[in-house]
Amino acid sequence: MMQVQSRADLICDISQFLFREARYADDHRYEDWEALWAEDGVYWIPANGDDIDPERQMSIIYDNRSRISLRVKQLLTGKRHTQEPQSRLRRIVGDIELVKADASELHVACNTIIFESALRGDIIWASRNEFVLRRHGDDFRIARKKVALVNNDKAIFTMSFLV
Amino acid sequence: MNMLARNPEWGDLIRRDRVRGDLYRNPSIFQLELERIWYRTWVYVGHESEIPRPHDFVRKSIGLQPILMTRGPDGHVHLLLNRCTHRGNQLCAKEQGNAVTFTCPFHAWNFGSDGRLVGCAFPDGYEGLDKNAHGLGRVPRVASYRGFVFGSFATEGPSLEEHLGGAAETLDRLALTSPEGEIEITAGFLKHRVKANWKFILENETDGYHPAFVHSSIFAVADSGIGSLYGAKSTALTRDYGNGHTELDLRPEFRKRDVPLSWFGTTAQRMPDYASRMNRAYGDAKARQIMIDGTPHVMIFPNLFIAEIQMFVIEPLAVEDSVQHVTALQFKGAPDLNRRMRQQTMGSVGPAGLLLADDSEMYERTQRGVHASDTDWIFLGRGEHRERHDDSGFTVGHATDEVPSRGIWRHYRALMEQS
Repeated sequence: MMQVQSRADLICDISQFLFREARYADDHRYEDWEALWAEDGVYWIPANGDDIDPERQMSIIYDNRSRISLRVKQLLTGKRHTQEPQSRLRRIVGDIELVKADASELHVACNTIIFESALRGDIIWASRNEFVLRRHGDDFRIARKKVALVNNDKAIFTMSFLV
Repeated sequence: MNMLARNPEWGDLIRRDRVRGDLYRNPSIFQLELERIWYRTWVYVGHESEIPRPHDFVRKSIGLQPILMTRGPDGHVHLLLNRCTHRGNQLCAKEQGNAVTFTCPFHAWNFGSDGRLVGCAFPDGYEGLDKNAHGLGRVPRVASYRGFVFGSFATEGPSLEEHLGGAAETLDRLALTSPEGEIEITAGFLKHRVKANWKFILENETDGYHPAFVHSSIFAVADSGIGSLYGAKSTALTRDYGNGHTELDLRPEFRKRDVPLSWFGTTAQRMPDYASRMNRAYGDAKARQIMIDGTPHVMIFPNLFIAEIQMFVIEPLAVEDSVQHVTALQFKGAPDLNRRMRQQTMGSVGPAGLLLADDSEMYERTQRGVHASDTDWIFLGRGEHRERHDDSGFTVGHATDEVPSRGIWRHYRALMEQS
């Protein structure tokens, strides 16, 4: 139970969850990745700054839960040309901080570096990620994932893998 | 560059129904394009609504040249070269904002939002400096149509209206989707870079042959109603307006459906506020027709693409490097329509777009493909046998025919032959 869980244990559990999420994305385990999302999950990659209003301004991704599902379904068709062949991916998730925790939600921040090798060439992506996680039994579900790319103000190449 | 490279036999590179791969990969040809297309013809730069107030500015480009689009103190729109006239330093590094003056960080020369030189630091170091001769460089001809601002580096030549020709009507049509008759560009741009020549993007915008294949993954999982527009049985048209402007005219399909806002995958019942504003603005009958016809799908040569719900601007960086700038079109007085425009745009375009990431994949693969041989043609003959003229005399063809590519290359060749 949460009351008896130490903060160190909690951070360890969160870290393990983030590593799993990263691994599913790297390994293109699309359905496993999608199953990590809460029913009202929002997946957000802003453009032109980290703190724009996604309801007014263009974002690279601003998916509600049904669009996350659509994105995954498209990848599963096997005809998403930009991911056929799939990008080879490895990412490092680090500097994990528990920013805020209450009974229902955990606000977590981390830094991520992704190495992508695709037909186009090799690209390194870097971002500050912010998660809102919800407890789900012994596990978590993602209520919100924000990926603030370091270069989101620049012209960037296609990023069609799960970021 | 030697004389031969400056004056290739264009007829050896461009035929009526085929072009050489060299046109997409030869750096000398890219240089000639800068000179004869980007720095000569009318090029789209920005929209007036991006700089609504006096002293507003936004950074833009024409070809490789950095441009500041500003609104001067009197409300006049200027296209200024973003280069200090002292030692050539980039004057403004901010993407956009409001500035009465721009001060160069190098030696503090100071320019007004209209481009005039206001002053320079330690002025007693100059004797009789002619301030008028040291204002910011400017694009010699600036003109706007329906708020779309174009610039031409040629001091003389066809007017913007002459350049737009029949395609101007598509921008008129676009404005009708607003109950106030105005388009706004206010949602910021996604900037999607591709390792491909800019002309692959230009030609793809009105290619109705590819969607059934390139976008089959999204058509298979989303009931967007787009797929049938580009099928073998489609009644939609490809159109060549001349001057390189081309259109995919989807109205025949939307008129067959005869359902207002079907073009946008919705209904008037689901957008009651918008529908009633349209009815008030245009009267029920005309509003209904506008909402059936939808917005145009038109490529204004060389770099402005209106894709029904979004606007693309093509920026060439190098022979095999380009950027697609894209934003949701916004229509004055249509907040509920605009919200959906933004949502649909974010889903479909940009680096992670459910549609555009696949188009961009094709641009990059075709770019690699054209390196395979210097003798192979790219064949653009689809539908030549069934070309016809519409009531206005423009060449039209089936939705999947290569009428647009042939039109683009005819105009391209005419521009490139003017040395």
